[in-house]
Amino acid sequence: MRKLLLYLIIVTTGVVFVARLFYLQIYNTSFASLSEDNAIKVIYDYPQRGAIYDRNGRLLVTNQPSYDVMVIPRELKPFDTLEFCSILNISKDKLIKSLRKARVYSPRVPSIIVPQLTKDEYAYLQEKMRKFEGFYIQKRSLRDYQTENAANVLGYIGEVNEALIQRNPYYLSGDLIGIDGVEKQYEKELRGVKGVKRIQKDRFNRDIGPYKNGKFDTLPVNGKDLTLTLDSKLQAYGQKLMENKRGGIVVLEPSTGEILALVTAPTYKPELLVGRKRSPNFTKLVYDTLAIPLFDRGLKAEYPPGSPFKTINALIGLQENVIDTKESVSCRMGYYYGKRGKKLGCHSHRSPLNMIPGIANSCNAYFATVYRRVIEKYDTPQEGIDNWSKHVQSFGLGNYLGNDLPEGKRGKVPTSKTYNRMYQYPTYKWYASATLSNSIGQGEVLATPIQLANITAAIANRGYYYTPHIIKAIDGRPIENENYTIPKITTIDKEHFEPVIEGMHQVYTQGTASSLQVEGIEICGKTGTAENFTKIDGKKTQLTDHSVFVAFAPKTNPKIAIAVFVENGYWGSRYAGKIASLMIEQHINGSITRTDLEKWLLTHSLEEEYAKPYSGEPFKINQ
Amino acid sequence: MAKSSVAAIDWITVLLFLLLVGFGWGNIYSASYENQVFSFTDLSEVYVKQGYWILLSIVLIIITQAIEVKFYERFAGLIYVISILSLLGLFVFGKNVNGATSWYGFGPVGLQPSEFAKSCTALALAKYLSDMQTNIKLLSYQVRAFVIIVLPAVVIIPQPDPGSALIYAAFFFPLYREGLAAIYLIVGASAAVLFIFTLLFSPIFVVVSVFLFMIGFLIARTSFMNKERKSRIYLVLGIFITILILSYSILNTLETYKTLTIINIAILTSLITALGTFIGLFTHRKLSDRQKPQYFRFILIFLTITSFCFSVNYIFNNIFEQRHRDRFNLVLGKEVDTKGIGYNTNQSEIAIGSGGWTGKGFKEGTQTKGGFVPEQQTDYIFSTVGEEWGFLGATMIIILFVLLLIRLIHLAERQKTQFSRVYGYSVIGILFIHFAINIGMVTGLMPTIGIPLPFFSYGGSGLWGFTILLFIFIKLDSNRVNEW
Repeated sequence: MRKLLLYLIIVTTGVVFVARLFYLQIYNTSFASLSEDNAIKVIYDYPQRGAIYDRNGRLLVTNQPSYDVMVIPRELKPFDTLEFCSILNISKDKLIKSLRKARVYSPRVPSIIVPQLTKDEYAYLQEKMRKFEGFYIQKRSLRDYQTENAANVLGYIGEVNEALIQRNPYYLSGDLIGIDGVEKQYEKELRGVKGVKRIQKDRFNRDIGPYKNGKFDTLPVNGKDLTLTLDSKLQAYGQKLMENKRGGIVVLEPSTGEILALVTAPTYKPELLVGRKRSPNFTKLVYDTLAIPLFDRGLKAEYPPGSPFKTINALIGLQENVIDTKESVSCRMGYYYGKRGKKLGCHSHRSPLNMIPGIANSCNAYFATVYRRVIEKYDTPQEGIDNWSKHVQSFGLGNYLGNDLPEGKRGKVPTSKTYNRMYQYPTYKWYASATLSNSIGQGEVLATPIQLANITAAIANRGYYYTPHIIKAIDGRPIENENYTIPKITTIDKEHFEPVIEGMHQVYTQGTASSLQVEGIEICGKTGTAENFTKIDGKKTQLTDHSVFVAFAPKTNPKIAIAVFVENGYWGSRYAGKIASLMIEQHINGSITRTDLEKWLLTHSLEEEYAKPYSGEPFKINQ
Repeated sequence: MAKSSVAAIDWITVLLFLLLVGFGWGNIYSASYENQVFSFTDLSEVYVKQGYWILLSIVLIIITQAIEVKFYERFAGLIYVISILSLLGLFVFGKNVNGATSWYGFGPVGLQPSEFAKSCTALALAKYLSDMQTNIKLLSYQVRAFVIIVLPAVVIIPQPDPGSALIYAAFFFPLYREGLAAIYLIVGASAAVLFIFTLLFSPIFVVVSVFLFMIGFLIARTSFMNKERKSRIYLVLGIFITILILSYSILNTLETYKTLTIINIAILTSLITALGTFIGLFTHRKLSDRQKPQYFRFILIFLTITSFCFSVNYIFNNIFEQRHRDRFNLVLGKEVDTKGIGYNTNQSEIAIGSGGWTGKGFKEGTQTKGGFVPEQQTDYIFSTVGEEWGFLGATMIIILFVLLLIRLIHLAERQKTQFSRVYGYSVIGILFIHFAINIGMVTGLMPTIGIPLPFFSYGGSGLWGFTILLFIFIKLDSNRVNEW
């Protein structure tokens, strides 16, 4: 009996201990992570971010060292705050505040006190550093822009936000990530992969060597260099021409879909968003809600395409076989339709016209006729519109192009659904005439400049296009992405393009852009003058027309397709046409002979025009 | 040395001993090595020193086996006196290490006589109890046995080394086995429970609870005084069940009124009373021969408990030092502090907890490498086992210890002389107390009491002390064939 009690005590103790071990080691998992926090320090080795080159191998973006002043609050000793503040050019209040914040974050883990010193500040502080115990300087890599242009294309990098850290465990607080443009789109290629080192710490937080002899450590993988399709010279020239104007220029190479230039105006210099001045500059840019410089108009501004859209309608008319190139349509200063004699006005030109001069003179009556026949070819306007819509969409309109820039807009191509909703079908019926504005690129059609440029490229190619893209090569190896190397075929047969292209050619030789010819280059283009409206104090108000121009050159074997959009630029050839003409000359000839034209553009500002609606006074448009 | 006695050595015990020592040495190596290159001679390395201690302990084993059994029995008293003198000598010649004068310094090495005093006391107690005259059931002999046990403890406490003194509680094992009345056990266990509850709550709370418990007990008891027992049983059961249901329903509603302490107290009091009644009923059969509950005795017990609780409270608050109070408060959960006074235990728990099922592997413990657990190669060596060998390894060590203790009980029981048996149970008690207190401390179940884990912890004196302790018993056991 007594012996049993002793057995019992011993065995019970053993069982209690095993239960306790089970609790500590298996059941309660918090101890495991505590141990990791305690004993292992993880150090990341950040690779160099890849450089970015233009198509001609010109360096656009590289890296520069930057220096952060770090503090380990626990190791802080009393120091001369006045001197410290004056070296770093910060206020004492700010210093005290950041020190408090650092201490709250962690007394032993380093925090940034003053980020991104300039080289001079660094050089000066480096000498004095020994006076400030607890502080040290950490080197970081920042972007270094070798160009003042293409900020909208290149994008910028910044510290990763909390939401993304939650989603993507690769990123840690304080890591840099591409936020816009190419930096965002090709973040994975550019950033490389950071290396991880695990350091075993002892109880005094000292390093005592690699954890498990570095078994889990990885080496950093360097970022890849990107070569863009961008021609930085052309881009710079486009930006120069667009100064004091708002709008966008998109230049494509039709044979490849490569984006040669992507201009938005107004814009900013990329270096504004680097380093310590990034934050105030960014705020300034964000708060400019009128000019919205951070808004890439080339990619995201949806405008009514205006007359350039007529070329599409001409192609659809030919494809649907509702008109041939010989049939003439008469125009009495407009197109009259409906029972009450509604009119789609036109400007004065000789009449009647067939297709080629119809395009050259941009006759509204001609395209209204063609468009109506296309729609009315089918039994119901719904079928007609949907068939027309299908042709239009095959040019890449009405949806994202699938280009490799992280921003974009779908634009708009109406379908039967659009009008059924708009006119409350089947309660009310609607007919082709109700959608007639589509014939001249107004109405329900919206397109972004890059979509317009893409249409032009498709016409230049006689029926196909390559998805526009900005990437040419990654680490020197040309891209193999099928999205960019396999052409997209439009629904229009090849033979229908020639008359349309001839019409566009005549725009230059005898039509609306006859004053903008470039000697020795056969340009095909189309002017556009787009009505547009805004709301002022809740009232729909018409503003000065947008100036639109699309062109490609040369006529055979086109090398360039361009779309220019100048907001409130009066009419097609006034601003957009001139800019397109100069851009083509610059790209094909490499220099400009018409310096007077160039000078006119550089000296003419539209700022007054943009200020009008906000002046609070009555104003007149198109003057 | 008789040839037969070598053959009669209990090799199971020896094997368990070797396993524990070997595994212990491996963990000391992992917990303490400084250089990556393994060394046999670098005496600045703790594991090298421990290696030599282990080798030298083999010499001790041979010596203990070579000595005649009669020698131990005959000179037990003398050995005991020498060990007391050696403990007393510390006050004159002792070396102060970590605030305790527990060591004799011989150049670089030190000897801790308290580690050997345990074996000596065990021999002396065995000698005393095996004396024909001694009857442990009588108070006067109990007192003398008690003096033999407590004398070394009294000398050790002021070194100060209260942890080592506490070990002498281990001799309860042989005394109990030899027939010490169970009442000592009951009193001891009750005292421990009362002690903890007094610290957890307050002396008044405990006294009131005890009072209520006794009332309940008495209700149950008095109900059996009369002849009509059966009806009384139903009555008491009825009251008991009613109280249970009442307290349960009140407890349920209480969830929303946690602030109403009066209800709390009502439930608690009724529960305690019910518990008393229940135990009164449960135990009645044994004691039902008694005609009458002895009220006087109940009052006496109650008064003793009351004075005990209040004196515990007084001693704890006025005589204990703050560090002692802290240790108890941490284990009782009254204080949470992972940085200061709770640092050791917390780090030890982290190290063990991070081991998981199979541990991080030999020499791979991050907590061990980082030296986060203080005294890891000595008192906290078990945390290395927990971290590097995981639940499976740590459980294996516990099983090894339990097996060793059970094996030793088996050996003690087969002894033919009382001397050997008492000595055997002393060994069991000492090993058990070390095992229970050390692992309890390392796993955070007990307050911090700095005593080593037998055969495992680093330390020459400790290892030698335990080796001698165990192998004297193995020698005694091997000689049992020669008795009579």
